[in-house]
Amino acid sequence: MTSSKNNHGSLLIKGGHLIDPAARIDGPMDVLLTSGRVAEIAPSNKIKGAADERLDARGLVVAPGFIDLHVHLREPGQAHKETIATGTAAAAAGGFTSVCTMPNTVPVVDSVEWIEWLRQPERGAVVNVFAIAAATRGSKGVMLSDFRALQTAGAIAVTDDGKPILDDNIMREALVLGGELNFPVVQHAEDTRLTENCSMHAGARSFRLGLRGMTAAAEASIVGRDVQLAMHIPNARLHVAHLSTADALKSVRRGKRAKVRVTCEVTPHHFALTDEDMRDYDSNYKMNPPLRSPSDREAILVAIADGTVDAIATDHAPHAAHEKEMEFERAAFGITGLETALGLAVTRLHREKRIPLSRIVELFTAGPARCFDLRGRGSLARGSVADVTVFDPKKKWTFEAAKSRSKSKNTPFDSWQMTGKVVATVVGGRIVYAG
Amino acid sequence: MNPARGSLLGIEHLEAAEIMRILKFARRMNPDKPRTLLKGKRVLLLFYEASTRTRSSFEIAAKSLGAHTVLIQATGSSVEKGESLLDTGYTVRAVGADIIVIRHPNAGAPYVMAQHVDVPVINAGDGLHEHPSQALLDAYTILRNKKSFKGLQVAIVGDIFHSRVARSACHLLSKFGAKIILCGPAELAPEIAATLASGVRVTRHIEDALRGTDVIMLLRVQTERLAGLKIDLAEYIARYQMNPARLKMAKKDAIVMHPGPIIRGLELTSEVADGAQARILEEVRNGVPTRMAILARAIGRMR
Repeated sequence: MTSSKNNHGSLLIKGGHLIDPAARIDGPMDVLLTSGRVAEIAPSNKIKGAADERLDARGLVVAPGFIDLHVHLREPGQAHKETIATGTAAAAAGGFTSVCTMPNTVPVVDSVEWIEWLRQPERGAVVNVFAIAAATRGSKGVMLSDFRALQTAGAIAVTDDGKPILDDNIMREALVLGGELNFPVVQHAEDTRLTENCSMHAGARSFRLGLRGMTAAAEASIVGRDVQLAMHIPNARLHVAHLSTADALKSVRRGKRAKVRVTCEVTPHHFALTDEDMRDYDSNYKMNPPLRSPSDREAILVAIADGTVDAIATDHAPHAAHEKEMEFERAAFGITGLETALGLAVTRLHREKRIPLSRIVELFTAGPARCFDLRGRGSLARGSVADVTVFDPKKKWTFEAAKSRSKSKNTPFDSWQMTGKVVATVVGGRIVYAG
Repeated sequence: MNPARGSLLGIEHLEAAEIMRILKFARRMNPDKPRTLLKGKRVLLLFYEASTRTRSSFEIAAKSLGAHTVLIQATGSSVEKGESLLDTGYTVRAVGADIIVIRHPNAGAPYVMAQHVDVPVINAGDGLHEHPSQALLDAYTILRNKKSFKGLQVAIVGDIFHSRVARSACHLLSKFGAKIILCGPAELAPEIAATLASGVRVTRHIEDALRGTDVIMLLRVQTERLAGLKIDLAEYIARYQMNPARLKMAKKDAIVMHPGPIIRGLELTSEVADGAQARILEEVRNGVPTRMAILARAIGRMR
């Protein structure tokens, strides 16, 4: 260490256009990061003194580090699909400085021991990993897990993702206890009694392909029930994962109007694709919830623009080739998404739908930070954690799945041309990815 | 990888002219006059699902053209031990398959096979999706009984939702301008079925389906695929069973078809099954020359 004491481990991001919706900043600003924190934000060339490192951000957008509320890092137990090291490398390449990892691993992360295991340095994480713990023991939906202990150990929310909490009483108990602890309950909204053997959205397309379809009602009915439950439970916090239907959005709006603490995320694939895009039984178009109808996609675009949606989350779900290249109905659900999220958002939301970049940045930063109370993140206000994402909103590029940093290549976006590319990802003041 | 030339994966993406070419060639095929178009070729019949008609028909068709056939069934093969669809495909390719005929309970399985294995793949029925050789043999049968498809009214009665035969038939008949009426209770004949192809409509009333109809295609209620759907069979019989009285509602010269297996006393009565208007066994017979044409086409010998 040869740097001066004042600027120990400092990085100056110079000449960029800062978009920090939480701090209401949208203009040319330099950002100085020191000792893992934001030390100063000031108009161009106003920051005096030397920094250890400089990052030239001319022509680029500088934003708070992106946060992904929904990723499957597959550890413990399924390292053939992804590891925390490879998954977070993909996250860094996609501009994400924090990811929230889902507990549907082998075994299910429902104990303090596994939360601690996830946080050990041996896992090789290159971005921040926040653990979401199982809401019920073994995610069996029968008995709540120990929310208090899990929260104390560092879990930021609970969910049985991959499956829903179906039982009304268990869901009520989860919301009650979550309300007492200020702990969000994340719901994978799917009435599995209505979706048995289903592999895509129920509609004209599924009928034509001879695939049993999941109805929009199977999602909407659970969201409707959950919002209804939350209305009558003090301080309950409900977060709807990967919301995909127009009808489910109606329930979220109803809850928000009634001042219920309900938040929701949508995925890039649900705003970019519809059930009509699947070709030739390509299982890279198979995920749960499935790609929905064009009218559902339209409703999601409206909700993104009008503020109903709180966050864009990828539901990054890596699977090995042999788990996907098979009969569509038997193939695993899920696609990777960390490296394509920004490109899809800029291309589909900003360039095609004219949604302002500041709104898109909000959906990747302040929005998700609020959903799970990630303090010190989601903004670059002085004193915040020095997590920064620098991207070029005009850069055209082509995504090549073969070059993905994820261990798995199951994506429908291979060879897609996109606009908007990550240039640098900074975690705790250190550059962890430079594109 | 694109499917090998000569593959037959479905009717939906087949052009009308190509369908006519197959049907014309099928007329020249006769299992009683064996030919050598497939001499020395190996036809692998991969059956992941039970079948009587389709399997025996493909086997006789292949042998009538001089091919060797090998039948692999899910039970009694490595499939039972957990071998994947593609690994089975690579294996039969390595063994020397020239054509793979596949019947599978999952929609799209033949597509997956064709995208990875570089031999022609023939779909012998995939889940609820398509059954192209059945549609072709039914078209062949219709043309032996009616002048042309144009202006023809076809009623398809029964379990449309679970029927790959119905889907393939709709695609095929629609390409030639036939009027298609799908008839059954809402669970089995959902409104969305009308989006399958142009000229298709859905009705709940058997009288509506039969009035002025030239061809009646009956389908079996696939109780094994209902997956929780509750169908009151007694009510089905009361509303939709084809009996002599109902048959009179159709045109005088209407023909009755059924892909089999038939369940007497359920979707049709014995009087209808054995009656003068029934073409059910003729369909089975026509399956052989039609599949001879399909196999010849697979290796580019349909000339």
